[in-house]
Amino acid sequence: MSAVAELQVKNQAAHAGLDAWVREVVEWHFNPETGTPYWLEKAKTFDFDPRKDVQTYADLDKFGFFEDEALRGGPVRRWVPKGIADKPIYVFETGGSTGVPKSRIAHEDFRLDYSAFSETLPDEFFPKGADWLMLGPSGPRRLRLAVEHLAQVRGGISFCVDLDPRWVIKLIKMGEMQMMEKYKAHVIDQALTILRAHDSVKCMFTTPKLLEALCEKISLKKAGITGVFCGGTEMTPQFHRFAVEELMEGAYFAPTYGNTLMGLATHKPFDPADNYAIIYYPPSPRALIEVVDPDEPNKLVDYGKTGRVRLTTLTKEFFMPRFLERDECEREPPCELYPWDGVRNVRPFSRFQTSVVEGVY
Amino acid sequence: MIHIPILRKGNPYKSIDVARVPHYRTRETFVEMSQANAGLIRRDLLEQDKMRAALTAFTTDQLLAMCKAAAEYYMHETLPCGDGEQTADDYVRQLSATTGMPHVLVRRNMKKIYGAMAEMESMIAGLTRGLDLKILDDGFGTHEGHAVSFFPRTNSLGVILPSNSPGVHSLWIPAIAMKVALVLKPGSSEPWSPYRVAQAMIKAGVPQEAFGYYPTDHGGSGAILNNCGRGMFFGDSSAVGKYANDSRIELHGTGYSKVIIGEDCIDDWEKYLDVMVASIVENGGRSCINASGVWVPRHGKAIAEAIAARLAEVAPRDEEDPTAQISPFANGEVANRISALVDSGLREAGATDVTAKYRESRLVEWNGATYLLPTVVHCESYEHPLANREFLFPFASVVEVPQDQLLNVIGPSLVVTAITNDQEFIDRIITSPHVDRLNIGAIPTMQISWDQPHEGNLFEHLYARRAFQRAAVA
Repeated sequence: MSAVAELQVKNQAAHAGLDAWVREVVEWHFNPETGTPYWLEKAKTFDFDPRKDVQTYADLDKFGFFEDEALRGGPVRRWVPKGIADKPIYVFETGGSTGVPKSRIAHEDFRLDYSAFSETLPDEFFPKGADWLMLGPSGPRRLRLAVEHLAQVRGGISFCVDLDPRWVIKLIKMGEMQMMEKYKAHVIDQALTILRAHDSVKCMFTTPKLLEALCEKISLKKAGITGVFCGGTEMTPQFHRFAVEELMEGAYFAPTYGNTLMGLATHKPFDPADNYAIIYYPPSPRALIEVVDPDEPNKLVDYGKTGRVRLTTLTKEFFMPRFLERDECEREPPCELYPWDGVRNVRPFSRFQTSVVEGVY
Repeated sequence: MIHIPILRKGNPYKSIDVARVPHYRTRETFVEMSQANAGLIRRDLLEQDKMRAALTAFTTDQLLAMCKAAAEYYMHETLPCGDGEQTADDYVRQLSATTGMPHVLVRRNMKKIYGAMAEMESMIAGLTRGLDLKILDDGFGTHEGHAVSFFPRTNSLGVILPSNSPGVHSLWIPAIAMKVALVLKPGSSEPWSPYRVAQAMIKAGVPQEAFGYYPTDHGGSGAILNNCGRGMFFGDSSAVGKYANDSRIELHGTGYSKVIIGEDCIDDWEKYLDVMVASIVENGGRSCINASGVWVPRHGKAIAEAIAARLAEVAPRDEEDPTAQISPFANGEVANRISALVDSGLREAGATDVTAKYRESRLVEWNGATYLLPTVVHCESYEHPLANREFLFPFASVVEVPQDQLLNVIGPSLVVTAITNDQEFIDRIITSPHVDRLNIGAIPTMQISWDQPHEGNLFEHLYARRAFQRAAVA
């Protein structure tokens, strides 16, 4: 069988698996015994019965576009499916620099996502048993616990620093750039202390800006770092190239795209032919990212074309169909490792791009 | 397609991220500029000491000789430009294509840049007040019978450059002769001049390690200004304001330059009409040293009428026309906004657009490009919103102010041409903290002298003097 035919078969299998998973997840969230109070209430307003009428991924269109405003404010328990109501529940937040942040509840989704992601990391560069440094946003975000879990499933322990991105964004908005730099230096100083004190740390998570700042102070190679998992903010192909050519010094660079609502998308393994384009594949079937026409968001754009990111999250803990993200990118065809649609060069949606403040985070 | 790379210690670096600069008329991409990410700039600036060390290997005299040679290369020779080469004529055409500046004005600005390099010795003498340049090589020496010692405050000068007028490039070039490396961020539509100056200098023997050239965004500009020991920032008031309290950075914002006429000369104002018109319109009215105000004790209306009649003769012309005086806007939308700002000011009582009667509109489309025609406004009071404004085209307000009040209300003014022989008035002008460059007599505000510092003294910006004593060797 040719490689193309093989990919087609894998793609069809992925589709079939996805449809079955959609049925299972919709049944779970809309069954009065196990369902999510928010969705059970919402179902009363539908002119269809999700448990009967939603049989395929395409049928999710029936729900219309998810409004993320529903995730702001309480009661947060309305998002906890009855099926896991007696389990320990976390709440993670996204946004929140101003106003009420969006919340997503979790029981073990973040662990499942990061256990799956762990399988994509090469052991040669992220050695099993090695310790980690989590140099990224902490507090109400899931990233800190998720990275800690990633270290743990790989047999290591994660050292962490505190970083409050909301304060950084406030400093920038106030024009307190010197204070912002001092805060960044404070965060980097803590990381340097950990790296100097613990030779066992060989892997790290960090954001693009903190990676640059750290590498202005030390050589990753001399510090013993062999693998860097990087994400949290937009990454350009030029940054990707700069990181690989000038910051990594032979360490493995694993760029990722993720957020609290989706989970974690994995980067396509480095291929010089991609010219450092950042290509991600979502963790299908638990979440799918698609690229749609901004004016007709029910319509996918062709491969290679630019469109708006549309996210669908399908887990037993969180159901979020057809959410239009504030990002744009190019649609990427399936690849051998990930036989479903991917995205290329995700960046802030140009129509909304008035003032994106990312700071050090 | 021409591609202009980043220069990292003089080495070309082609970025994946590019900015496309259009031709001012066709709006088709004319040149691509590699864009530097802020982290790359910061990383390069970790080695500023090495950039400067490349210059300290030479004496000041050697560097002055290189500047002199570079002047000729810049003015006449074929030099590298990205992947290809650039003749002097190419440079004129290319600069005009992305900024709209007519060739005749580009060539005038070229002469200014050429002059800065060719006359570097006299420029440095002016900036250092005649210091024996061996003192810069040795770090100490004797000046006018006193022991002196100077030390550099920085290894590099970071410069955020504008696109409006190439002549400003003459301001940072002396850094090389002072053995301070350059980290340049070109204007978004004028990548040509700093690149060509750097190439001319390199060809003349200045070590390439002394040049960083980083087309970049706001974040990259911040990386340059925050990480170079000394900076120079060209931009409008809102852009440079953020650095107002940072003494490391010399700000070159709006000029608000003016021609003022004293009581003793005002009745002969017609004799000075040429000076007023030249101050307003030369170089297309785009420099901070162009007059944006003519402040007089009386005859304001008549003066405004006379200037308007002269400015009404200025019309858009082909870029190659040797009589062209004004530039179109590379982005027509900017011209629209500026014209709307003027109109908004005119809606407030007390100001009249004296040039309006000569034409249908200030904003004109000609040969596929957008122009703002020279405009003179008569203001009845210095308090009118248009009385002390500066725009990116030949614009001036004629304002009547009693001479005894003038210096109290003039506001910060980069250049003042004071037409008066009244010594008491001259004395007051000399002591005014609002006046930066001062011309006494009928000298156009645009006329500069190489041995006079402009908007701060670059030598004092880059060097500091220390107390110094040395015991005699036994």
